[in-house]
Amino acid sequence: MTSILVQAFIYLCAAVLMVPLAKRLGLGSVLGYLIAGVVIGPLAGWVGQETATIQHFAEFGVVMMLFLVGLELEPRMLWDMRHRLLGLGGLQMAATTAVLASIAMILGLMWSEALTVGVIFSLSSTAIVLQTFNEKGLAKTEGGRAAFSVLLLQDIAVIPVLALIPLLALPELQVAAELVNDVAQHHDELSLVAHLPAWATALVVLVTVGALIAAGHYLSRPLFRFVAESGLHEVFTAAALMLVIGIAALMSLIGLSPALGTFLAGVVLANSEFRHELEADIEPFKGLLLGLFFITVGAGIQFGVLAADWPSIVGLTLALMLVKMTILWVLSTAFHVHASNRWLFALSLAQAGEFGFVLVGFSVAQHVIPVDLAQKLSLVVALSMFLTPLLFIVFERVIQPRYQRRDDETEADEIDEQGTVIIAGIGRFGQIINRLLIANGVTTVVLDFRALQVDRLRSVNVKSYYGDASRMDLLETAGIREANALVVAIDDQARAVELVQRVKHTYPHVYILARAYDRRHLYELNHAGADHVISETYLSALQMGGDVLARLGYHPFRVEQLKRQFRSAEHAYFEELFQTWRGEGDISGFSDHYKQLFMKMDSELIHAMQIDRADQHSRSERGWTPPPKSYLKEMGG
Amino acid sequence: MSSKQRILILFAHPSPHRSEVNRPMFVASKSLAHVTAVDLYREYPTFCIDIDREQQRLREHDVLIFHFPLYWYSTPSLLKEWQDLVLEYGFAYGHEGKALAGKQFMCALSASGPEKAYHADGYNHFTIRELLQPLEQMADFVGMTYLPPFTLFGARSAVEDKRLSRHIAQWTALLNGLGDRAWHGHNWDDVITINAWVTQHMEERI
Ligand SMILES: Cc1cc2nc3c(=O)[nH]c(=O)nc-3n(C[C@H](O)[C@H](O)[C@H](O)COP(=O)(O)O)c2cc1C
Repeated sequence: MTSILVQAFIYLCAAVLMVPLAKRLGLGSVLGYLIAGVVIGPLAGWVGQETATIQHFAEFGVVMMLFLVGLELEPRMLWDMRHRLLGLGGLQMAATTAVLASIAMILGLMWSEALTVGVIFSLSSTAIVLQTFNEKGLAKTEGGRAAFSVLLLQDIAVIPVLALIPLLALPELQVAAELVNDVAQHHDELSLVAHLPAWATALVVLVTVGALIAAGHYLSRPLFRFVAESGLHEVFTAAALMLVIGIAALMSLIGLSPALGTFLAGVVLANSEFRHELEADIEPFKGLLLGLFFITVGAGIQFGVLAADWPSIVGLTLALMLVKMTILWVLSTAFHVHASNRWLFALSLAQAGEFGFVLVGFSVAQHVIPVDLAQKLSLVVALSMFLTPLLFIVFERVIQPRYQRRDDETEADEIDEQGTVIIAGIGRFGQIINRLLIANGVTTVVLDFRALQVDRLRSVNVKSYYGDASRMDLLETAGIREANALVVAIDDQARAVELVQRVKHTYPHVYILARAYDRRHLYELNHAGADHVISETYLSALQMGGDVLARLGYHPFRVEQLKRQFRSAEHAYFEELFQTWRGEGDISGFSDHYKQLFMKMDSELIHAMQIDRADQHSRSERGWTPPPKSYLKEMGG
Repeated sequence: MSSKQRILILFAHPSPHRSEVNRPMFVASKSLAHVTAVDLYREYPTFCIDIDREQQRLREHDVLIFHFPLYWYSTPSLLKEWQDLVLEYGFAYGHEGKALAGKQFMCALSASGPEKAYHADGYNHFTIRELLQPLEQMADFVGMTYLPPFTLFGARSAVEDKRLSRHIAQWTALLNGLGDRAWHGHNWDDVITINAWVTQHMEERI
């Protein structure tokens, strides 16, 4: 127990110190984790043998990441992406594998080894690339999207690759292994399909995947709603974890990749109203585990092997990245990825990935490649991952600025691209706002923590999500970072104020529009930093007041003027009233001073709205004012 | 060159998202330092014009330009509303109303009809300067010097005929040249549009 605590402390400590430092130096968090790993592993020697075990555990971060990736991808989007996915992604893998395998054969490997090496190196690192994209806000760019489709295809391709690699097994390695195996007993993994014939395995797999999709569709929602209605947040988190771990376990049992299974589950749930809540709950676990994973990559670098053979390993790594970059560069032309995006695409995917480690281990276990080769391969993978953040820096510092200037010149004064609008609270108020926005093609993300309400709206085709909008993490997964505006229309007054405060603090650039319950709430929201506050009853009450005047015989156009004047007179007093309220810091009720000020405003209002009936000429009522009756004399006739 | 005149452009277009001519002109004018370009429909979407603010703006400028697409031989309605509200007794006219006296006034407009239609023999029967006489008289009444309108005829086919970029170049040349020596004492009485004059005197800028 003590040693576990000490180990955990060392890992966390390295991360806590190195990652912020790396970010401050502009290196990105991934490089920070990697360096932290190198420091505590090969350099200081504080951690050692157990890294391999921890790495297995940390690989679960990759599984979670794919679940989250799936959640972002509705089935329709996946279908829309099919050309890029198969075309761009497929060609990238095929071409890279072919070229690398040929080179490997020239360097003297057997064809089966060479092919394995080619496949292993053709994969890139989803973990590093997506993490970095999100950090640097590159995910939505043209190049970012193209890279994403390639990564997605690679992650999916891992499954058939795992099935095919055993076919390449080398007899002499097998013999050697059997000798060893007699001693070190091969540990049997738990499996449902190990002893079944091939057709039965296939059947089990098909049935399981089918059941998974059906369950995702029909069972998950009642379950989540049941949990959500309990109002216990941590139970929802438990349910989310249960789901991901359960699926991963199930997939392992039938011999499929857990990553693929959770990815699939993610896609199935992408349409669900619980999507953002699930994302927010899984996100921190994923982040920690991925971080841990990167640390173990750093810690696992075997400096002994590297030192013995460093020229060839460094040379191989650079050559590998160059080859991958060249192929990506060529493909980007064929798929119309242009300008700076092309560089982003080529540079970001030039490394080998975390699945590379998995495949190297697997290939050794399946006697496809010998152990000494595997060690070198792992080093190349790790080293290329290490270099990736540097490539991103090159992109940001050198390439992007050059294109930036050109972009600026071309797009002068066009209406800016509309981002999304997040609407927190979809009661009577939020609904109207949402309908107006949707009708005009604005993308909205609607959040409400009443599962029933969300359900009702979904039944009339309003896309809404379950979740407590006053939680920052939920807002983050809903996209507050890139949102143009946030509409706060939740009923709970105190919560609304708190929400405004927090969002303004963390994302000052997001424009916040808030609905106030009454005057005091209005002040509170203003004080909290809302950019635009409207009292929920004010406008409709004013409207009805005007209707009364019209009913009493006022000319309708004049009624409009009077309402307008009323509003602007109020407006003129707003600041003073607000500051008075603020200065008094009175929560229970308005002070006498405030009340006096209010009465003064009202009496001035009355004054302002009187007109000079004799002449119809008045300085206080502006607009279409006729000249005084005496004015012709002035003009001389 | 003499120090530049401060120019106030009041741009009135109720559907700028469909505008092919006037919006690009407006954008071009916005980038000039001595020009204040106001999108009236953006500032007063509910026609609720802030009279004090508009009057203050007028005080701060030497030249006033109404910039608009010709709608039924006149300005779009917000610009008319602007006149009705802002040019008050005691500000623009009357015994003490001298705020605009001595300033210059001009219209910059686009019309879909061709130039030859705006002629006694054409289907519009009157020249554009004749049709804009209410504005000319308004300027005169408040003591402003009236300049002939800067006009783009055949506005609906200007983009297709590739006439727009030249028109915009003329427009910015005009805005830069207002106040040059060449303007002083010029008699505009018989000039229908100012376009030809801009071409003649500011060719080197275009
Ligand atoms: C309500 C309305 C009235 C119009 N009246 C006239 C007119 O009287 N004479 C004319 O030549 N063009 C008339 N037009 C055409 C506009 O002047 C023309 O569409 C405009 O100048 C094009 O400029 P834009 O591309 O910036 O919108 C009218 C257009 C509208 C919508």
